[in-house]
Amino acid sequence: MMRVGFTVNGVRRTADGVWEGESLLYVLRERMGLPGSKNACEQGECGSCTVRLDGVPVCACLIAAGQAQDREVRTVEGLAEGGEPASVQRAFLDAGAVQCGFCTPGLLVAADELLERDTAPSDADIREALSGNLCRCTGYEKIMDAVRLAAARRREAV
Amino acid sequence: MEFLRPGCWEEALAAKAEHPAAVPLAGGTDVMVEINLGHRRPGHLLDLGRIGELSEWEVGEREVRLGACVPYARIVGELGRELPALALASRAVASPQIRNRGGVGGNLGTASPAGDAHPALLAAGAEVEVESVRGARRIPIDEFYTGVKRNALRPDELIKRVHVVRATGPQQFSKVGTRNAMVIAVCSFGLALHPGSRTVRTGIGSAAPTPRRAAEAEAFLAGALAEAGLWESRRAVPPSVAKRFAALAAGACSPIDDVRGTAGHRRHAVGVMARRTFLWAWEAYRNGAEGAA
Ligand SMILES: Cc1cc2nc3c(=O)[nH]c(=O)nc-3n(C[C@H](O)[C@H](O)[C@H](O)COP(=O)(O)OP(=O)(O)OC[C@H]3O[C@@H](n4cnc5c(N)ncnc54)[C@H](O)[C@@H]3O)c2cc1C
Ligand code: FES
Ligand code: FES
Repeated sequence: MMRVGFTVNGVRRTADGVWEGESLLYVLRERMGLPGSKNACEQGECGSCTVRLDGVPVCACLIAAGQAQDREVRTVEGLAEGGEPASVQRAFLDAGAVQCGFCTPGLLVAADELLERDTAPSDADIREALSGNLCRCTGYEKIMDAVRLAAARRREAV
Repeated sequence: MEFLRPGCWEEALAAKAEHPAAVPLAGGTDVMVEINLGHRRPGHLLDLGRIGELSEWEVGEREVRLGACVPYARIVGELGRELPALALASRAVASPQIRNRGGVGGNLGTASPAGDAHPALLAAGAEVEVESVRGARRIPIDEFYTGVKRNALRPDELIKRVHVVRATGPQQFSKVGTRNAMVIAVCSFGLALHPGSRTVRTGIGSAAPTPRRAAEAEAFLAGALAEAGLWESRRAVPPSVAKRFAALAAGACSPIDDVRGTAGHRRHAVGVMARRTFLWAWEAYRNGAEGAA
């Protein structure tokens, strides 16, 4: 067992008694009280556990907890500011892109990262950025709408 | 279990010498799946994530020295010109999340016949630089794959970098999967024209116990292109030549039936990919393309 410490959404956190083979996802959900990142496949296939590690979108289920040591993790819980939904979250709600919601946290993290890089993504760019996130409910069209909407609002805001 | 976090390469080699059964951890996209599913319970995990030089590369005159942990995303984004086949193959790997973590060192470590980097490395020409406390050696890529998910690494060795020959002509990579994103290859094919040596190199993925070249097909093509003076004239290749090349490439496979496809389908698909990738690359060569196809 080991102790692991890293920054989560800007706050330094540590966890004790972490098993060496444990994933970052498990530590976030079960030890740090951050259940936003979802646990579905644990095989990197669904993207519902997507978080950012030093800014880069990754599957938290495939990061060994020890690999996150001293690094910076951002989860879906870190998107909202001052209790207000972030623009990308607002857009998902407004576009009706949330049904059961299981895939939503991972999609939000991935979409937010895309929009940070590119405020005018093409449909192909959006599809590519979200290609590692599966959704069983929406058929993706509403999700595309949501990301287009979020992008348009970001462009208006600047 | 113990989690080892060497801060530099020498420490990593020392740790591997002390614990030869330790499982190196690069991006973790193979290792963590196995741990999560309970398929693997190593005594030691050896995290390579703190060894900065493994995530770097250098472009030399003849080759790119690619650190074992450079993630696919960076190969796609930054090495498309020098290593077109490997960049195309890297692009075909899984999803952005996986490409942000996984890399060529891990692909070589796993040595799955379906790994996407292998056909590209075989086609381009590459050597795997491995090291242990006993010393370093360079393993030619053709000798690296020794069996299904087996490679030429000794227990105390780690992969430091891969020396990949820089493209001097068009290169291609093609992959057949069951759907578009997130698929392990049913089979795949890499091809590189090497105008300097008047050769064509190939790599076949997922259609034999190991990734392999289609040696006979390569030799036939070299002969046919030379005989007709096509490297110099840059004229179109006769359909009969492309057809024969395809048949020989298909013949180089020894595929199996599995859940992803039948042996017959694989052999046929490899022939089709061989013909297509060659004709695409040749077309690019005719149009004077230097690097990327
Ligand atoms: C959802 C999903 C989809 C995938 N799709 C594809 C795909 O389309 N194509 C494909 O090719 N692969 C695919 N993979 C497999 C995997 O992503 C690749 O094999 C990847 O290249 C592994 O790299 P890594 O850095 O994550 O390796 P790791 O998981 O860290 O390591 C893999 C193996 O290599 C060993 N190793 C790693 N680094 C070294 C080193 N420096 N020296 C010695 N041994 C080392 C490890 O001990 C382990 O045995 C997929 C995986 C997942 C989870
Ligand atoms: S739970 Fe991590 S990708 Fe599915
Ligand atoms: S909304 Fe249910 S999985 Fe996407």
